[in-house]
Amino acid sequence: MKVNGQSHSVDVDPATPLLYVLGEELGLNGPKFGCGLSQCGACTVIVNERAIRSCVTPVKTVEGMEITTLEGIGTTEKLHPLQKAFIEEQAAQCGFCLNGVIMTTKALLDKNPKAAKEDIEQALSGVLCRCFTHVRMMAAIESAKQEMTR
Amino acid sequence: MRDRSKAARSLVLTHDALAALRDAGLSRRKFLQGTGALVVSFGMRGMWSNAAAQFEGGEVGPPHDQLDSWIAIAADGSVTAYTGKEELGQGISTAQIQLVAEELCVPFNRVKLIYCDTSMTPDQGVTSGSQSHPTNFNHANLGQAGATARQALLQLASKRFNVPVEQLTAADGAVSVKGDATKKATYGELIGGKKFAIKLDLKAPRKPAGEWVVLGKPAQRPDLPDLVTGKFEFVHNTRLPGMLHGRVVRPPAVGATVVHVDESSVAGMAGVVKVVVKDNFVGVVAEKPWQAMQAAEKLAVNWTPGKGLPKHEDLYDFVRNNKPTRDTLLVNSKDVDQTLAGAAKVVKATYHYPYQMHGSMGASCAVADVQGDKATIYSPTQAVWHQRSTSAMVLGLKPENVRVIFRRGSGCYGCNGADAVTYDAALLSQAVGKPVKVQLSRKDEMAWGENYGFAFVLDERAGLDADGNIIAWDHESWSPVRGNRPGMTTPGNVASGMLAGFETEPFIARSPAPEPTAYNNGTNGVPSYFAGSVGGSPKGTGTIKSERSLIHNSPSPFFTGPLRSPARLQNTFTHECFMDEIAARVKVDPVAYRLKHLSNERLSNVVKAAAKTANWDARPSPNPQIRPNGVEAGRGMACVAYEGDNGYAAMVLEVEVDQDTGKINVKRIVVSNDSGPISNPDGLRNQIEGGALHGLSRALMEEVTWDEEKVTSVNWSSYHSLPLGFDVPKIEVTLLNRPDQPATGAGETAITLTAAALGNAIFDATGARLRRVPFTPERVKGALGKTG
Repeated sequence: MKVNGQSHSVDVDPATPLLYVLGEELGLNGPKFGCGLSQCGACTVIVNERAIRSCVTPVKTVEGMEITTLEGIGTTEKLHPLQKAFIEEQAAQCGFCLNGVIMTTKALLDKNPKAAKEDIEQALSGVLCRCFTHVRMMAAIESAKQEMTR
Repeated sequence: MRDRSKAARSLVLTHDALAALRDAGLSRRKFLQGTGALVVSFGMRGMWSNAAAQFEGGEVGPPHDQLDSWIAIAADGSVTAYTGKEELGQGISTAQIQLVAEELCVPFNRVKLIYCDTSMTPDQGVTSGSQSHPTNFNHANLGQAGATARQALLQLASKRFNVPVEQLTAADGAVSVKGDATKKATYGELIGGKKFAIKLDLKAPRKPAGEWVVLGKPAQRPDLPDLVTGKFEFVHNTRLPGMLHGRVVRPPAVGATVVHVDESSVAGMAGVVKVVVKDNFVGVVAEKPWQAMQAAEKLAVNWTPGKGLPKHEDLYDFVRNNKPTRDTLLVNSKDVDQTLAGAAKVVKATYHYPYQMHGSMGASCAVADVQGDKATIYSPTQAVWHQRSTSAMVLGLKPENVRVIFRRGSGCYGCNGADAVTYDAALLSQAVGKPVKVQLSRKDEMAWGENYGFAFVLDERAGLDADGNIIAWDHESWSPVRGNRPGMTTPGNVASGMLAGFETEPFIARSPAPEPTAYNNGTNGVPSYFAGSVGGSPKGTGTIKSERSLIHNSPSPFFTGPLRSPARLQNTFTHECFMDEIAARVKVDPVAYRLKHLSNERLSNVVKAAAKTANWDARPSPNPQIRPNGVEAGRGMACVAYEGDNGYAAMVLEVEVDQDTGKINVKRIVVSNDSGPISNPDGLRNQIEGGALHGLSRALMEEVTWDEEKVTSVNWSSYHSLPLGFDVPKIEVTLLNRPDQPATGAGETAITLTAAALGNAIFDATGARLRRVPFTPERVKGALGKTG
């Protein structure tokens, strides 16, 4: 499989959820274990332009596909507009949910750069933040959306 | 015994320690070879002694009264500060960096903060209870260390330039002679790489707020760039060489114990290393996480039946009647029954609050490396020293042979599964002699990981005079408790410690309650409107002199713990709703009525500030124009002196209630907050915004559920949380800065108010009073049906 533009081959049980391959085999920190049940969004990655929950995605189903994780969309030196906006708005507390929020929103905005507030709310209706940093995150998303459509 | 060099080579430095070394221009190897600057051998004192002799050091870590325990300055002038208060996401590390930078007169980015590693940071107990800000910002500890260091640097410069300290000025990490720019020495030149070797001076002058250049201004959190790019290492991302993966197998019912574990049920499964059983603790270690998960799923364990649970629908009868009790009187003027009997009118109400979860978004995780009689543990615990002491008990090791390093977990909010999973990891690592990471499942976390927030039944009675003034108030509450944070000696206070055979702190019954001897409103069991007289002078925040607050605790079937604003939220929800009920009965404006019964200036000020920002329409509740159907709008107010004197806040909440569906739509939340001098206004706002919405989620939908033997709210479809995609209300925060006052906590003020402000707003909109959390649509409709 190809992760963030780099090819990897791993020798694991093909039923292994993608999350554990990304975390323990490839050493990525972006996708996180939140619930293991596809209920919170912490493990979100983008495969074929779609945000998917890697905690319930057997690795064999993404064999040979392009996978993008939080690490793959920008770096501290060259931030993605969403990453930049989250820093500008100081939109985090513990930060555990950031991966799910940013990756879910990125997939939406890539597909629909002018997504309305309702579309964004719909996309994030299955994403949790238990520090409830909602106000800042929604402001950051709005600001990034403006930046991305400029 | 390992030899020294081998031990040194195997030493694992924390992310923060590595970053500090990097910033000081030192490599880990150089440091371990002992050729680094002196500051490192001192600054990493614990690390150094680890390398030399493993885990040297006392039970309580670096001495608090020594400046070198708190601050080190490297040859390049960079500052390393050590603190026992950790970053859980609440933003305290940013404020602590601001504090050190301010007192030392250096820029924010020249300070590196290292927190909560038993090998090198001071023992400051638990990072909890809205105490970090008071602990390090008032006149002791970290802030005082900064002031002491600045004073010492001025004295060193005074000697060097042979001029009195009064003629010197410190700025940007250097001391210079006033009016002579040629006489200037950087901190690096004055002390760099050397110990201060002086005591903390409790009289060293602190910088007055009027001179602040770093504190008091919004500071960006240094962790955010790494967080948004996936570089940040949570404990979930900790990976050690040769690390294995563990999963636990928890009892299927509360009170169930192990009869037999059939290890053959997982024999031959790929990657399985070991099945571990200690008393009722059961776990599996495998090479990979997926293998451990499958093995834990498949492992055949015979358990006894559970001990049975009170019926969920009968919870509040159980809470009220459960025995034995431990009774506590917070205030008792001894004339309450008499005053109530003579009152022109008596108002009574009973409120109910369910067990709730911390529900951290990431199920808890920890990594332990137990090798022989030594252990290194990476834990999201709130108390590394307590964790060290109790892990040592669980492992049967000496505490000085256990090193606990804090690594951030997912959220916190009190007592989530952090301590429990740390014992899990320690036990599994010890059993295999290799590093083991344990990741709890969602169900493990929710049913057997965390200690729930308290359920409560609360009775209120108030007596009014003929003019509608409150002349007496009686508060009586019932709440079951079991366990708590582990403390220094009680690993059995959380699930895994208990399962591994350790006693939970015993419940000590006491009835009747002894008379109070000192005023203490740490749980907000005393309403804000009480005079609060215990043995003479009133210490409360209100005017009501005929007052009683009586608390009954009893043994809980579930583990309980200090979920954000523990008891304070439940009590404030009740008192602030009840105050609103009385104001409505008297037919007066609830804000004016509050102010009439408050004596405390700071609390009155936040009430006025919130009302002003919200453009409060002064009139009695409910709204006089309520129609019986359709959507109605209303507003509610609540206020609190958190823990009596640890932060003052008021909230106005505006709501729309769909009377046909029972659906509640919160449109706007206004919060005013006084936490003393403001260190980081943006960090404070973030805490208040998050607290307000956390409170909203708890008020609207959060409730632990169970059947006859086990917890049934075990994931996010059975335990509900407001998702990111809900229609987020507008939140406006007004900060009242009081640099003349001591610093107070700020992380729990807003959350304490939401349920009350919401209940009052719903009443204002509809005339229906909700007295049971959560305010589900069914309960809203039910309450509406009861209104005439």
